[in-house]
Amino acid sequence: MSHTIRTRLIVAAAILLAAIVAVFGPGLLGDYFTRILLLICMNGVLVASLGLCNGFTGVFSLGHVGFVATAAYVNGILSLTAEQSASLLPNLPAWLSGWGMHFLPATLIAGLVTAALAALVGLPLMRLSGHFVSVATMGFLIIVNGVLVNADEFTRGSRTFTGVPLDTTLPWAMGWLVITLLVLARIIYSPIGRAMRAVRDNAIAARGIGINVLRTRLLAFVVGAFFAGVGGSLYARYLGSFSPATFYFSMMINQIAMLVLGGMGSLSGAMIGVVVIGTMTELLRALERGFSIDGVTMPPLFGASQIALGLVFILIMIYRPTGIAGGREIVLWPRTSTRPAPSVEEAPSRN
Amino acid sequence: MDYADYLIQQGINAISLGSLYALVAVGLSIVFGILRLTNFAHGDMMMVGAFSTLLSSLAGVPFLWGIGIGVVAGAAGGMIMERVAYRPVRGAPDVTLLLTSLAVTYILENLGILVFGSSPKNFPLPDWLDTSWEFRDGALTFTSINVLTVALTVVSLLFLGWFVTRTTTGLGMRAAAEDMGAAHLVGLNVNRLIVAAFALASAYAGLAGVLWAAQAGVVQPLMGFTPLLKAFVAAIIGGFGSIGGALFGGYLLGTLEVAIVAFLPDEISPYRDPIVFALLIVFLLFRPGGILQPNREEKL
Repeated sequence: MSHTIRTRLIVAAAILLAAIVAVFGPGLLGDYFTRILLLICMNGVLVASLGLCNGFTGVFSLGHVGFVATAAYVNGILSLTAEQSASLLPNLPAWLSGWGMHFLPATLIAGLVTAALAALVGLPLMRLSGHFVSVATMGFLIIVNGVLVNADEFTRGSRTFTGVPLDTTLPWAMGWLVITLLVLARIIYSPIGRAMRAVRDNAIAARGIGINVLRTRLLAFVVGAFFAGVGGSLYARYLGSFSPATFYFSMMINQIAMLVLGGMGSLSGAMIGVVVIGTMTELLRALERGFSIDGVTMPPLFGASQIALGLVFILIMIYRPTGIAGGREIVLWPRTSTRPAPSVEEAPSRN
Repeated sequence: MDYADYLIQQGINAISLGSLYALVAVGLSIVFGILRLTNFAHGDMMMVGAFSTLLSSLAGVPFLWGIGIGVVAGAAGGMIMERVAYRPVRGAPDVTLLLTSLAVTYILENLGILVFGSSPKNFPLPDWLDTSWEFRDGALTFTSINVLTVALTVVSLLFLGWFVTRTTTGLGMRAAAEDMGAAHLVGLNVNRLIVAAFALASAYAGLAGVLWAAQAGVVQPLMGFTPLLKAFVAAIIGGFGSIGGALFGGYLLGTLEVAIVAFLPDEISPYRDPIVFALLIVFLLFRPGGILQPNREEKL
């Protein structure tokens, strides 16, 4: 059996498994575990797309959540029916109001809007390197937040945006996760993906062999932003009501922690991070609410799960900056030609 | 009220706000200059300073001594932060340093929420500070907090100027910022210099935190977040890593923000923060070394 056929069989089996879980999962698992699985799928879309730019091109963006926020609002506005937009957003321009759009087209439009925004923003920003690009993309996130808070007629400002239909079910989230991973894997393990890693490991050498550094980075940024838009749409129709504060620094830190813990530079790493931190947060929630065992009552500890997350994050940075996966993909039947991608650690620092 | 009074009033506001930004930005620049660390946790030393002052004044310590306690607490916080979190990752790539500082700020802010609760706490001021003067029939107002802010900023910055040009430690810090390896070679104790830099930087953050809380009248665990982001902009406008640049950037940013609110139409002035951060991006793209050093390059 040739490698290609074997790979395709594995992928087909994984998709089949995902489909079975998505269809039968909610009935078997009960509400609580279905919700956790749903969150893992949504965060999987977001963190995998974050990893495309941050892990593979070496441009560490802190602005990903800006795209998530934009998409959530675009999707939210498109989802409102005429009566809803009349009562919630009376000053919305006529061409935007009363679409009552179905989930799928609204998600695609939101994704295209964020991709276009990424192209516009990335064209100047992807020229920067190191922490300069991080600070600049963080500036982008703050700008998006400031605009959302102030653009009252579109977003209700800092008040809660409500009335978005709760359409995000497990099949939708799982389906988008599978599509995201397939598309990203297709890009990452292609000549374009090789170019991205070359740019990450040594931008000057990459340019020397004829790789267009700006275009390579921009491609990763735009594709990542498209799937950030998809993830934002999933979140919008999962939450039903949200405000600009929903999509801001704490979400950004959460996603970066997932990516870094799992390991930048591989899709498996992103998914491991999402699962580990998702599970950890759920367990620590119990601690936060307070509980009592044998008459000993633990008072609720607000913020405990975030503190634990931060500590894990620091320990990872100190002891294993390449994360759990260390830049490797998990391959079920390892091929002889599969070599681990060079780790971030080996990349020359710019000091 | 005539226009000249309005201008003078806005000038007072700009100097007062700019002083706070300058105090925070100076600390960011000191640490960045030596370690190339973009320290997101710097803003949380404002929280440490302000809460220490609050606790000491609740315990009955006179307010001026309380300010001193806030400054010392900030410095101590900075030294602990360096030892626990930043020393183990020293020399790692830029992004690792930046992510570590994000994790540190995340921990400190949530620790603050855990200990003090997330709701704002009243920041009591002694009577002698709770006064304001009015001139020209109320057209011009400035509070004693404004005066105290500017006075303490000037005094502490004069101290900084003396420290980095006249003391061995200060000169050593500048040498380490110039070239860490060479500083080590000529026998400077780099570890001690870095601890001193964190202590100094965080002491300024602690002072800024106390003054910020005094102006706002409240303290809360996330209070350092917005000033920190603004201080980033100030430091980068002035040239990240340069102390003089950070001061210049701080006052420039304070003036600009006051001007946006005072002189732009009401539809635009709420967009103050987006405008300021757009300016940050413009600077990173076209003047990455800041206004004062146009030749430094940080592009591809």
